[in-house]
Amino acid sequence: MTDTTLSLKTGPARGRRRRPGFVAMLYLYGSLFIVAAIVLVPLLTTALGGFKTLGDLRVNPFGLPGEWQWSNYWDILSGARYWQMLGNSLLIASMTVVLTVAVAAMAAFALAHVRFFGSAFLMNYFLVGLMFPIATAILPLFIRIRDLGLLDTYLGVVLPQVAFGLGMAILLFRNFFRNVPKELFEAALVDGSGYIRFFWFVTLPLSRPILATVAIVAFVNSWNNYIMPLIMLNSQDKYPWPLGIMIYQGEFSTDWQLVLAFITLTILPTVIVFFAAQKHIVAGLTAGAVKG
Amino acid sequence: MSDAAGIIERPSPVASRGRAPSRRRAGAVGGHHRNIGGVWPVLVLFLPPALVLFTLFVILPMGEAAWYSLFDWSGYGAPEDFVGLKNFETLWRNGAFRTALTNNGLIILVSLALQLPLALWLATLVSHRIPGTTAFRLVFFLPYVLADVAAGLIWRFIYDGDYGLVASLASLVGIATPYVLADRDYAIYAVLAVVVWKYFGFHMMLFIAGLQSIDKSLYEAADLDGATPWQKFRTITLPLLSPTIRLSVFFSVIGSLQLFDMIMPLTGGGPSNSTQTMVTFLYTYGVTRMKVGFGSAIGVVLFLICVTLAFSYRRIFMRHD
Repeated sequence: MTDTTLSLKTGPARGRRRRPGFVAMLYLYGSLFIVAAIVLVPLLTTALGGFKTLGDLRVNPFGLPGEWQWSNYWDILSGARYWQMLGNSLLIASMTVVLTVAVAAMAAFALAHVRFFGSAFLMNYFLVGLMFPIATAILPLFIRIRDLGLLDTYLGVVLPQVAFGLGMAILLFRNFFRNVPKELFEAALVDGSGYIRFFWFVTLPLSRPILATVAIVAFVNSWNNYIMPLIMLNSQDKYPWPLGIMIYQGEFSTDWQLVLAFITLTILPTVIVFFAAQKHIVAGLTAGAVKG
Repeated sequence: MSDAAGIIERPSPVASRGRAPSRRRAGAVGGHHRNIGGVWPVLVLFLPPALVLFTLFVILPMGEAAWYSLFDWSGYGAPEDFVGLKNFETLWRNGAFRTALTNNGLIILVSLALQLPLALWLATLVSHRIPGTTAFRLVFFLPYVLADVAAGLIWRFIYDGDYGLVASLASLVGIATPYVLADRDYAIYAVLAVVVWKYFGFHMMLFIAGLQSIDKSLYEAADLDGATPWQKFRTITLPLLSPTIRLSVFFSVIGSLQLFDMIMPLTGGGPSNSTQTMVTFLYTYGVTRMKVGFGSAIGVVLFLICVTLAFSYRRIFMRHD
């Protein structure tokens, strides 16, 4: 991402290339609009479908509703179910973010700044987690959580999520921490402050961008996670929204208009947050991948 | 293990801009630190939380999966019914599992042969300095941010034979309404379309970042030599983009192998197992029936495939680095 700003500033390229001609513009915008339509039409049909009656939906799946059925949305918004699901998701995601950031930052700090026997081995140990998907060990994981008595608790979902996010988080943190200028370190050590004070007062305040990246990755992963709560939770009042939405779809399977309204409302927070904080989210999710 | 690190680990941008040497020196003065502050407090306080969590919930379960896969076990009591490699044998003879393997292969193939060129093409389009490209980038990235489950449900509606878009498109053209997701032969292609719809934006963003890091003066030089756009693409863009392409391939393969969330709302692996992937197969036949041994065997196979791919990826792509 930093390279972007650099290349923009290194002048000569700027304005050098001529504006594309008319045919080229037509090709460019034509292609872009077609792809954008393929992306957006399903989303818009979903949102509009939530305003229709079932009969309207059958004869007119895309296009504006004949009569706007606000009650479809209103009934969901005024019920407890929707808010409870979002609340559960928010709680699980927040716990995951806090734990991931705290645990990974501490470990990465030790791996980046302290030289000790086995440090390289330990780093590779954590990186093994990046190699295989969470599903490979899902059954033993279920048994472990059950034996710990954490089945059907938020913690039973959070702990495995944190553990599987650690590899990437530690890698991102360590790469960033290693570039904290060593002069700062020497100055702090002359001051007589130890590693832990240095971590708290120097490293963390300097690391806001990477803290944001790790937090965004952890939050989005948890918010969208389906398999972990599916395996670990039993009672509906603890379900996060990906599970809740599936249950809802099962209950109202033929009432597509209600299901569509429900889908729209559940993805609405994501869409709003995405457009409000797009720069950070795109940077976080792609830089998370690239810098990793 | 160090191979695993090598695949993922790349120099951070800051380091690549010339600070790398100072980092090395910072490492070298480690002994210097030790004189001033003790290292034990930080090691004892900072490492164990991550180590315990990671070992308990990632490494041990993986090892246990290997162990449990040798038993016929319902998950209650201790695993006692030792069956050797019988679970793997059953697995191999299971037609649905072979379909799942084929489907996973198909998803990887489509990701590489269709999605990757599409993403690269779009990245070059939105890299033009014309108005509106930022908005297009965001729109293209939007599906990636949505949960797989939501995307799956949305497309289940789109594909619905009675209410969906596909139904009305079909009646518009005047053909019989296809029930795409209920068709054994076509359901998997419908799923593949959703995969591309959901993930091309992410790869496009990777490529945009890659394109931006290419030195613009190279294109100027090529312009002076009278190179055609295609020549510029082939001789400058493509070679200089190869690290990004590798990264994109890596994410495609890993992502394809763990596809689960999207399949469940779309087809649940049906009709008659025609859209199973390895993970949905694991869920359907291992988890819901609590066949811990059999399910673990599936996990082990998936693990071995991931490791094999990771190592061969390294052999194929990293040789020249």
